[in-house]
Amino acid sequence: MIPVRLLATALLLLAASGCSRLEPWVKPYERENIADPIMAWDSNPIASSYMQHVYESREGARGASGASGGGCGCN
Amino acid sequence: MKTILRFPLAALLAALVAVAWSASATDGSPPAPEFKLVNRAGGEVSLASLKGQVVMINFWASWCGPCRQEFPALDQIYSKYKPMGFEMVGINVESEKSDAERFLGKTPVNFQILFDPDNKVSGNYGVSAMPTTFLVDRQGKLRWQHRAYKPGDEAKYIEQIREMLREKS
Amino acid sequence: MQLIRRIALLLLLPLTAVAGVLPDDRADLMYHSYDGGGVTIDGPSLLVRKKFAEKYAVNASYYVDMVSSASIDVITTASPYQEERTQYGVGFEYLRGKVTYAASFSNSTENDYDADTASLSISQDMFGDLTTVALFFTRGWDDVTRRGDATFADQVDRRIYGVNVSQVATRNLILGLSFETITEEGFLNNPYRQVRFVDLDAALGYSYESELYPRTRTGNALALRARWYLPYRAALQADYRFYSDTWDINASTAEVAYTHPLDDAWTFDVHFRFYTQNAAEFYSDLFPREDFQNFLARDKELAAMQSQSLGFGVAYEFKPGRIEFLGKAAVNLKYDHIRFEYDDFRDLRTTGVAAGTEPLYQFDADVIRLFFSGWF
Repeated sequence: MIPVRLLATALLLLAASGCSRLEPWVKPYERENIADPIMAWDSNPIASSYMQHVYESREGARGASGASGGGCGCN
Repeated sequence: MKTILRFPLAALLAALVAVAWSASATDGSPPAPEFKLVNRAGGEVSLASLKGQVVMINFWASWCGPCRQEFPALDQIYSKYKPMGFEMVGINVESEKSDAERFLGKTPVNFQILFDPDNKVSGNYGVSAMPTTFLVDRQGKLRWQHRAYKPGDEAKYIEQIREMLREKS
Repeated sequence: MQLIRRIALLLLLPLTAVAGVLPDDRADLMYHSYDGGGVTIDGPSLLVRKKFAEKYAVNASYYVDMVSSASIDVITTASPYQEERTQYGVGFEYLRGKVTYAASFSNSTENDYDADTASLSISQDMFGDLTTVALFFTRGWDDVTRRGDATFADQVDRRIYGVNVSQVATRNLILGLSFETITEEGFLNNPYRQVRFVDLDAALGYSYESELYPRTRTGNALALRARWYLPYRAALQADYRFYSDTWDINASTAEVAYTHPLDDAWTFDVHFRFYTQNAAEFYSDLFPREDFQNFLARDKELAAMQSQSLGFGVAYEFKPGRIEFLGKAAVNLKYDHIRFEYDDFRDLRTTGVAAGTEPLYQFDADVIRLFFSGWF
């Protein structure tokens, strides 16, 4: 089933990541646009979590509305 | 199943050969890659012209939080050790100068700022984190690499700079 | 009223920070307002976060809903009411190298519903910081009571497992994937709501009985998203989410959003969202007779429905000269107009027609968020 496979892939990625030094195809010094504040998935968590609440209390579906990552990739 | 395992195993192998996350000493140190970049005034500065001094090369960008955070500490180190034969260059990696100039207007520093807009020098130095700081000794050899910055890292820089300042050209 | 069947957990702050750097210290104070379908809900919301030594971060939130409800369900089977719901939340983050560990807890209280939620997450940057993977687990415990009935008390037990993956694809494109599975056990319906069935002896042609739901529900949601940086400095995002659960509800959500900054101070955004779902297996607007089947529902939230929203936002960022400790501040105004349309839920305010021929219900809602943000 989709869920199990996906979770397994994610776990595998996490496990492999601890030692990975894969060469990034977007170098750290090329992340100018990705690091721009307008490229953030969620600039205002207080407003987006409220909107999520508005929808989820009136619709049958829920979940999978968050994201994290991107950004400057510093440190 | 095999294909799934191949990738993480290769990654593991790569990791064993990889440079450690924090500062690493490059023994049997290679010469620091030469560069010739333009500074804010429009003049050209080359690494060769700095030979004989201990040089700190800091790759930074105005969009990088830890880079901005590091600047005041770098400026302090520069002011303190310059009289002893220490030089510092901040190489900006952005494709256009405007954001960097705006940042420098608000946070002025005394050390030289050079521009590497086409990222050739960043590539030659294998910059793999922002910021990255390299320390070059009086003989032009690349001795230390510091990837990333957290407040307190400057203590390590100072320790290494003082050690290299004691060496002969 | 049962405002928060599964809502409390959604106001939990995003637990995952970009590993490597914790988000900046920030405080937001928001006024929120919802007005639609005879219901008005407004109130304040406060969110504060602070980090220490670039390693630890704490956040706290406070949220209130002041409800005045004359919704279609309320009007046809009960009387308009007013109510207040208060929610508190607190969270902690610990950053170590590329990994961020986070824990949070929140409590939501209203006169007939109490919800506690706890959440743990772990997030890691990998592959040269191009990929961020976050895993999270949320547990919820709800206590359900009924106003005017001291004998009624029940519970809901909730577990959520989720993965978020973010991938920098090119210099100008980030991709995201989210997967979440939600399992609930307990009293999953509303102790006040009723279903209707054909009753030729009744004046209206139908009568009411209490709804009856299964005591478990498991749903899975999978979302894909992409965000592009446009060369003249703007951002475009597209999202798609698919949801499916054991009540036979399948839903699709599609959203497009555009963000356009102007100068350094102003940012405008516009977005359009489209949502569609089919009805739950045991849902019906009008059952043929009393006790027609094992499970009975007439909650419009479980009906075959669609919603479309169009939203606008404007933000103004500035440096507050007089307040020294604030490096940056912003004012934001966001407005959304949502239209809800039901394919099998009828508007019972229309009487004098044969049961089951009332017009299909639809309504519009206006949602406003006005907030001030300060970075320190």
